[in-house]
Amino acid sequence: MRDGPPAPLLEIRDLHVHFPVGNTLLARNKRVLRAVSGVDLTLGEGECLSIVGESGCGKSTTALAVMGLQEPTSGDILFEGRSLTGAAGPSRMERARIAQMVFQDPYASLNPRQTVHRSLAAPLRLHGTRTRSEIDDRVADILLKVGLLPEHGARFPHEFSGGQRQRIGIARALILDPRILMLDEPVSALDVSVRAQIINLLLDLQEDLSLSFVMISHDLGVVEHMSDRVAVMYFGQIVELGPWDAIFANPTHPYTRKLIATIPDPDTILHPDRDRAAGAAPPPPAGHRFHPEDVGRPDVYAVPAPSELLEVSPGHFVRCAPA
Amino acid sequence: MRRFNLNLWLGGGLVLLVCVGAVFAPLLTSFDPVFDANLMYAEEPPDAQFWFGTDEQGRDVYTRVLYGARISLTVGIVSQIINSVIGLSLGISAAYWGGWWDDLVNGLTNTMLAVPSLIFALAIMAILGPGLPSLLIALGLTNWSWTCRIARSSTLSLKGQGYVLAARTLGYGDIRIMATQLLPNMVGPILVISTLGIGAAVLAEAALSFLGLGIRPPFPSWGSMLTGARELIVIAPWAAVFPGLAIFVTVLGFNLLGDGLRDLLDPHMRSRTA
Repeated sequence: MRDGPPAPLLEIRDLHVHFPVGNTLLARNKRVLRAVSGVDLTLGEGECLSIVGESGCGKSTTALAVMGLQEPTSGDILFEGRSLTGAAGPSRMERARIAQMVFQDPYASLNPRQTVHRSLAAPLRLHGTRTRSEIDDRVADILLKVGLLPEHGARFPHEFSGGQRQRIGIARALILDPRILMLDEPVSALDVSVRAQIINLLLDLQEDLSLSFVMISHDLGVVEHMSDRVAVMYFGQIVELGPWDAIFANPTHPYTRKLIATIPDPDTILHPDRDRAAGAAPPPPAGHRFHPEDVGRPDVYAVPAPSELLEVSPGHFVRCAPA
Repeated sequence: MRRFNLNLWLGGGLVLLVCVGAVFAPLLTSFDPVFDANLMYAEEPPDAQFWFGTDEQGRDVYTRVLYGARISLTVGIVSQIINSVIGLSLGISAAYWGGWWDDLVNGLTNTMLAVPSLIFALAIMAILGPGLPSLLIALGLTNWSWTCRIARSSTLSLKGQGYVLAARTLGYGDIRIMATQLLPNMVGPILVISTLGIGAAVLAEAALSFLGLGIRPPFPSWGSMLTGARELIVIAPWAAVFPGLAIFVTVLGFNLLGDGLRDLLDPHMRSRTA
């Protein structure tokens, strides 16, 4: 599954999401917070693309915009070449069959007043499955697929463990047979012992159902294990994008290097003399400097300085500005 | 095993007692609440014949308390249903949609909270005139602000939850999300505020009737009975004590019932036995 990039299934073009700040009835203030400023991404069929970055870098906002839960300020999101945004975009019902989301917190992602069966059956009914037996079969089938039993359907969410709930959340995301699954920190709220099970389940499902994943995460271990390509986001912009092996073996942007240096690595502890980020920082492409140069605390209200993504090796892009 | 729910049983018992009294009033007494006036028996203290004594016109207080329960319960429950419908639809939609609609609903709620609701109800009663229908309207339109507040704050905290977002991505319409995802998850606080509201409406009905704007004499309502008994408080205290006790028992019953129901409906309390 980790061979060359297939044709794009989803395309994000110059996505901007700005939030007005302090804009109340009494105090009109024109300051805007630039959560996402100019993100371009593509997702290929059967691919797993990870968006990594620290809290507040805009990765979740990007995900919400793709899901239609957050109106983009500008830019376009295309599914198989068709725009999802604007008046010409598909309805909520059509969109439901394109992409679904798995949420971070399994304790808040299931309606506590609905049995699992009801949570799974209601979307089917809404999307036109009428006969009871058809619905029951589909619910039982999806529960088995995520490693639960059909009789679990009669239970309420609070009767399950965190890992089981996350399986139910995955079942709900899959019930309408979507093409894309948006994974928002799918395992970060789970016990370490359960994480591997959920990751393996996701990888199996990806293969069985030919799904494409967009994963939002700051757990680089999970990202390294699951992704085909990785996009590193920093304050609303992508600073580095490339195949997972290039990003992890050859991080180029100063921010990516810092991020990767945070991964706890047993080797560093056992052999403190061995430098983990082998070799010195690579220089920026000729005539350019990395952008942003210092990863401190950028002004989220300012218009970002002009910069572009430059290809340093095939498929591996780094954000630079003219020197 | 689940813990014995004292509030539920005690509150439910008191409410049931009042309901049975209201529904089966004609079977529980041999007198008529209005027409069995007999000045020969005026201001009799409680005895075997007149369990709660008689009032200044010789009417049986027990009979009038029973029939008064019909008015109080009707007013309390119907006006609270109107309040809940208004408060829930305004509160949930305001928080869910936000924007100018939220500002408008907030302004309206704050206005309602700033004006004492009884004064508001008095004004509506003065326009519509006394009687049961105008009582229902007056009390149904003036006591929704707390329900609205609670519905709004519950919605604000619920609408970012994964299951609400998931419902949106699964294609649910806004109204369906409000009805199936948001409303059921605020049942606890809404039930509590509604039972308090029934109690408050029973009290407000008594107050309005006491002021002569609610149920007109000679028809028995607990408030109008108190008005009539006011002048007798020294010589025939039972004429005031029993309607007052009836109000007390009803309000207490609904409040306890609300607390008990909240515990019962909490899904974390359900299937503890499993």
